[in-house]
Formats: sequence, structure tokens, C-alpha cells
Amino acid sequence: MLEIKNVKKTFNKNTINEKKALNGINLQLNEGDFVTVIGGNGAGKSTTLNMIAGVYPIDSGRIEIDGVNISRYPEYKRAQYIGRVFQDPMMGTAAGMEIQENMALAYRRGKGRGLAWGIRQSEKSYYQEALKKLDLGLENRMTNKVGLLSGGQRQALTLLMATLQKPKILLLDEHTAALDPKTAKKVLEITEEIVGEQNLTTMMITHNMKDAIQIGNRLIMMHEGKIIYDISGEEKNHLEVEDLLRKFEEASGEEFSNDRMILAK
Amino acid sequence: MNGLMISLQDAVVQGVLWGIMVLGVYITYKLLDIADLTVDGSFALGGCVCAIMVLVFKMDPWVALLLAGMAGMVAGAITGLLHTVFEIPAILAGILTQIGLWSINLRIMSGKSNIPLLKTDTIVSKFIDFTGANKQAASLIIGVGIAVIMIVLLYCFFGTEIGSAMRATGNNEAMVRALGVNTNWTKLLALTISNGLVGISGGLVCQSQKYADIGMGTGAIVIGLAAIVIGEVLMGKLRSFGSKLTSAVVGSVIYFVIRAVVLRMGMNANDMKLLSAAIVAVALCVPVVLRKWRLKAAYTEGGE
Repeated sequence: MLEIKNVKKTFNKNTINEKKALNGINLQLNEGDFVTVIGGNGAGKSTTLNMIAGVYPIDSGRIEIDGVNISRYPEYKRAQYIGRVFQDPMMGTAAGMEIQENMALAYRRGKGRGLAWGIRQSEKSYYQEALKKLDLGLENRMTNKVGLLSGGQRQALTLLMATLQKPKILLLDEHTAALDPKTAKKVLEITEEIVGEQNLTTMMITHNMKDAIQIGNRLIMMHEGKIIYDISGEEKNHLEVEDLLRKFEEASGEEFSNDRMILAK
Repeated sequence: MNGLMISLQDAVVQGVLWGIMVLGVYITYKLLDIADLTVDGSFALGGCVCAIMVLVFKMDPWVALLLAGMAGMVAGAITGLLHTVFEIPAILAGILTQIGLWSINLRIMSGKSNIPLLKTDTIVSKFIDFTGANKQAASLIIGVGIAVIMIVLLYCFFGTEIGSAMRATGNNEAMVRALGVNTNWTKLLALTISNGLVGISGGLVCQSQKYADIGMGTGAIVIGLAAIVIGEVLMGKLRSFGSKLTSAVVGSVIYFVIRAVVLRMGMNANDMKLLSAAIVAVALCVPVVLRKWRLKAAYTEGGE
């Protein structure tokens, strides 16, 4: 499925602000893996997702999806394989366009765009059905501008858009972090539902330890641009927050520090 | 009174012909949020190309108009390449193309700064021969006809897959890339189409006034922005994309009517550019001032 081999990235190389963001990442995901990603400040979680998505070029290493080496593909070309939801609810949708227009744009992810109509009549009922499943009442507001939606609604819509065209891998970069707890819970439920339904291979960064343990079948912990802990299956199910904190101290020799991390049990 | 009527009629005709340019400015300014200064150069380029094609190469004036549009597209594409591939800020990229075009336009006109088209056929004279209409009516019918065609074409285009991707680029570039669209390409295409319209407008104005002039595009971008602002004030309530495009052309007509009236009232023609700049500056300042004022007014010490 996804294979990351010894990927390195340094920002601002040879300047006073040099920052080694990724220090040799190796990761192999299997079809249908749902991986939660945790780690301290500046551990390289977001950078890893951005490297997979192609936001910046990598310095060295190799990224493959289904055997295709995408290491040197530009971002827009990788989009055919990848669905993404960002932390900022404003980033995943076009505020000045209608809900259905946004969905039509997303529905064509990875396909050639030509002079055919940007949205066909026949698609609309499909979008309506999909929106109904979100249970947010958006199915009756298809011609509303997305800018009128709340952050949670926009995030749910972005999630739906990322999966309208089944992605080979879904990247969720703390997509509930900017939402209030109740909305975050709802969006997380929708996430599990969609991922389960389509059996999507997913990577989800979260700052909630409990979510990281409860959701998905695999968990990785990052520190200083490396994956320091990788656990899956039965073993993961029995994990406790304390175990994670201890693991972190063992592997890094430091205390866990992330000013946003929720350590609650 | 009769004199005022004639100058008002002239103003309406001019407004419609320049309105095609305003459509071009609308694409870059309102949809992509780029103030594209190429416009000043590509407008004159359209005029110069049109004049030379008709006068020297004895081309059919319609073909000349088409070539004027294509020349404008090339100019827009150059700005687009400078901006996207070489990451020069859009304003600077536009200025560079505009300045370069000044020399190119002079070259096209063999070093002359003004080329009259007194005895050659133009689309206006052809139309008059064909229908027997008077000059103003002929210019107006042609201008409105072309404007309507362009609005319909643009309306359809921005409803297509590429067109929606282009609109979304102005909205949220990161999202559009994440959805698999090369945003460099959409921006390049938008600048190309926009300046194509500007070139056609330059060609139309040249044929209607029967001369091309090196300075004919000076300040065009400001006229374009002023027209858009006026159109928004008058027709801002209308939400559909088609009516927004129409409001750009209507804004252009109103701009030229205002201009005719203030000139008639004795304003020095040289002050006209100052007036245009002031219209745009005020239109851009008002929302900011209002916002700041509201923020200040909303403050209460007690928190009520």
C-alpha cells in the first residue's frame, strides 16, 4: 500500500534556522490500516503527512503508493491517490462557492478536467445522499455558500469531499483540533463511519491520547523526526495512556511535551 | 443640450467597448484576486496590432480583431509565466510585461506613436455599409453584440470543470491543489483569457475611434477597477454569476457617462485620471474604515 523508505527533510538547510524535520522515516502501511499518529511539539507528524501529500519536496528517500514511486510527483499529481483533511476548517473548502460546487470539484479529484459542465444534474442526487449520511441537515442546503457553514460542518464536508472519490490513502491532520469537544466527537464518529464503510487506509494525527488508543488498528509515536514506537492489533487494544507516556520516556529519554496534547485517560 | 446628448451617446458606446476590457479585469481581480497591470500594455497592444493588420496587411477588420485578442493572450501568458513558474509577485509581473509592451507596441507601429485609420475599412464602417445605420448606432450594436457574446461564453466557461477549478483557485488555492488541480495552470489560463479580452477591447476601441495610439491603454487597469466598483455598487444585490459579469460592463458604461458629464461640466480632461484613481481608492478604503469604526464602536468597558 503506502511505503515510506528512509525519508529525510531539513528545512532552511545551512542557515541559522536549520531544522531537521524528518530524520529517516520508515513506514509501511497495509491495505485498510487505520493509523493514529501522536508525538510532541515539532516531532514531524504534520511534516510526514505533508511529505506524503507532496506539499514540499523531500530531500532523500522514497515514497510509494501501490508500487508507484510518487517521491517526485508534484502535489496536484499525488492528489489522485490521496484524500486530505486539514486542521484548519477554512482550508478544506472554497468558502465562496456552493456546497454542491465544492463537492463536484472534489468528485473530480484525480481525473482530467475539461470543458464538460462542472456539475451534472445526475451527480446532485448522489451528493444529496452522501450529505444525508452526515446527518447535519446539509442535504437541504446544497446551493448555500460553504462560507455560511460552521467549522464543524465544514470539517465534516471536507471529510466527505476527501472520500467522494475513494482515495488510496486518507490523511487527517488533527482535523478535529479546532472544533469544540462536542463537534469534535461528532466529526470523529463520522470519520470512523466513513473509513469503516470504505475500508480506507488512513493516517490520523491526533492530540488526544485516548482517541489515539481507541481509534484505528495501529498507533505510531513520533519524536524528533523519527518513528519511535509502532504498535498494532491486539497489543494496541490493551494500551493505556500511562503505557504510552512510559514508552515515550523510554524511547526518547525525555518527558512527553506537547502543549496541546490531552493526556486524560 | 444637443451637445450633451451626443457626448452621452458617445460615452455609452465607449463604455460598452471598454466594457469588454472590464470583463477581462473582472476575471483576474474578482475571481483570482490579482490586480493585473498587464492590462495597460495589452489594451494598447490590441489597438496597435489591429491598426497595423488593417492598414499595412490589408486584413479583414474582423480577422484583425481576432489577432488583437490573440496578441493580448500572449501578453497575458507572459505575465502568467513570470508569476507562476518564476514566482514573481503578480503586480510586479504585470508591471514588467506592461513596460516591455510599451517598446513592443512602438515597434509594431514602426516607431510611430499614433496610427490613423482614416481611409481603411473597419468593422464599424462595414456594418454601416451593410445596414445603413449611423456611426454611433453601428458601434453600439457591435459593442453590445460582442459584450453579450463574451458574457455568455464566460458564463458557460466558468461553469465547466476547468472554469470551476479556476474560480476555486481564487477562493482557496491549497484546497484546489489537494483536489488534484495544477493551480499554476489555472492562474496562467485565467491571465491569458483575461488579457485576450483586453486585447479585443483595445482592437474594438481602435477601430471605433479610427486610430491606434501608444498611450491608449494608460490607466486602463484603474478604469477597469473603477468600472467594477461602480457595477458592484449599482448591482451588488444580484448574486448570479451572469449578472455579476453584466454589472462589470454596466459599470463601464456608467463610468464613461460620469466622465462625459464631468467633462461637460468643465472639468479639465487632464484631471480625469485623478478622478478615476480617487473612485477606486475610496471604494477600497470605505470597507476598511467601516470595519475599523465598527470594531471601535463595539467596545464597551463594562462588556455589555
